[in-house]
Amino acid sequence: MAIPIVYNLRSVKARWTSAIVAVIGIAGTVGVFVAMLSLARGFRTTLVSSGSPDNAIVMRAGATSEMTGAVTIDTVKILQDEPGIARGADGPLLTPEVVLVAPIPLISTGTDANVQVRGVSKNVLEIRRNIKIVEGRMFKPGLAEIVVGKNANVSYSGLTVGNTIGLGSVRFKVVGIFDAGGSAFDSEIWGDAHLIGPAYNRPDNLFQSVTLRLASPDSLQQFKDAVTADPRLNLDVTLEIEYYSKQSTRLTTLITVLGGIVAGIMAIGAVFGALNTMYSAVSERGREIATMRALGFGGPSVVTSFVIEALLISFIGGLIGCIAVLPLNGLTTGAMNLQTFSHMAFAFKITPELLVKGVVFALFMGVLGGLLPAIRAASLPISSALREL
Amino acid sequence: MIRVDGRSDSSSLIRVRGINKTYSRGGEKIQVLQGLNLDVDKGDFVAFMGPSGSGKTTLLNLLGGLDVPSAGSITVDGDEITHMSASKLTHWRARHVGFIFQMYNLIPVLTAFQNVELPLLLTKLSKSERRKHVETALAVVGLADRMNHYPRQLSGGQEQRVTIARAIVSDPTFLLCDEPTGDLDRKSADEIMALIDELVGKYNKTILMVTHDALVAARAHTTLHLDKGVLIEAGKSAQPVLAGGAA
Repeated sequence: MAIPIVYNLRSVKARWTSAIVAVIGIAGTVGVFVAMLSLARGFRTTLVSSGSPDNAIVMRAGATSEMTGAVTIDTVKILQDEPGIARGADGPLLTPEVVLVAPIPLISTGTDANVQVRGVSKNVLEIRRNIKIVEGRMFKPGLAEIVVGKNANVSYSGLTVGNTIGLGSVRFKVVGIFDAGGSAFDSEIWGDAHLIGPAYNRPDNLFQSVTLRLASPDSLQQFKDAVTADPRLNLDVTLEIEYYSKQSTRLTTLITVLGGIVAGIMAIGAVFGALNTMYSAVSERGREIATMRALGFGGPSVVTSFVIEALLISFIGGLIGCIAVLPLNGLTTGAMNLQTFSHMAFAFKITPELLVKGVVFALFMGVLGGLLPAIRAASLPISSALREL
Repeated sequence: MIRVDGRSDSSSLIRVRGINKTYSRGGEKIQVLQGLNLDVDKGDFVAFMGPSGSGKTTLLNLLGGLDVPSAGSITVDGDEITHMSASKLTHWRARHVGFIFQMYNLIPVLTAFQNVELPLLLTKLSKSERRKHVETALAVVGLADRMNHYPRQLSGGQEQRVTIARAIVSDPTFLLCDEPTGDLDRKSADEIMALIDELVGKYNKTILMVTHDALVAARAHTTLHLDKGVLIEAGKSAQPVLAGGAA
């Protein structure tokens, strides 16, 4: 049987002042680790939730984002007759859209941020059904009116209902606020595509993407095949949710890599903290270790015991780190979407999976910090260690 | 019957033949034990005396399998321990040796009960069987009412009693005592020695003890002196023992 775990529990308790160095180091590292991952997770969730599995987005072949897309009005007319598109009372459910960015001051800093402005068609709420007007009303087609996402409303100056702001050469009146369920659309401004484009000197007959509602989830392939087979069209069709998932990859990867580097550097420090704590534990308890070995506990038992102790310390550190960052969950922040160069608000998203990852990371640091001291403990010469004072 | 001439038959419980122990210190070789012989029978109580650095503790460490001799052999109850692997030696110690240390060497974060239970964790006894054994051992040393006390809550004499309970709880083949009264006042030392006497007299335990205290040594069946790595019986010169040599 191994050395009883109560020995480690009470030893950590008895020497808490020494253990606390390692606990704080590991807690800090895990906190940063979880915070960075939750930032990436929040950004990704916000973008991915913008897409619907019932919608498809159509862009010029080769375009990597809406910002680089170009779809003419003639193309839109052809698309309206393709199979697989859901139909509403006013015809096919598709919205040709103009996407651009406008500099609007942030309320928090007063500095300009690039806000995504989207020109949409009047039936857009039938296509993006998770979006609801929560204050005011929808803009009226043909009028210089806009609706703003709930994050845009609280983040940027002047985007309150009843206010008028200049977008390009036209002044638009804010007539409503919409809730897009925490997706990227919440940071956008929407208006009539036929007015938004010309306001920025863009031709009235040129859009950047077309989003359409599929007749059924199985209709995507039918629609894709039809578009591919049509010699007049040179377009890429993607499920909307996949498009936004891809959109999130660049910044998510960047945050994860940067977060990984920061957490990695901190982890090195934390591991040294754990090493120091455990080496001093071994040093202070040389006689106890030698006694247990004299009684018949073997080297592997001693190694296991000290690794368990290191794991215990790191687990406490991990737990504290996780608890410390929990208040960040849901906290809204903003970042530049590197695909569209627009500012996007999103919330830290701390999931149980991330917390588990944080604790596993802490335990990993514990093993790294505990193994060498544990091996040293097991290899102390018993006869001389027994007489240590 | 305790002999140091290496001429005993093979029935001895502990049989030491021609052991040497040499340490290297700063490139210099120091011979601590020189061709030492010893035979101890079951139930014997032997005390080792000698000046500091004479090799008493080294001999105890070798007998307890905590260290290995540079040459020679040690056989305990038919098992030659000098060539055992470290792992086998660890198992052997758990089964055959009970240690009583000068500084008690109790684990400070464990209660008296848990300290005494430690050797039993290496056996296949169930939890209830372990409890029974621990309670018996603590009762033998007169500390049945202190089993939930931590070492810091006990006097030096009581701590040493717990150490004795820990040493006997697994009923080892023999006990090794390294200055068991060295850290105690006279009264406590007498109490501990009375307990050790009882272990020998009542429970027929085999005990090998290192001490500096002639009064303590006087309670053993035989006192052996170690001087410059050589064992001699009390009152005899080193010469006959050296002449005895290895069998």
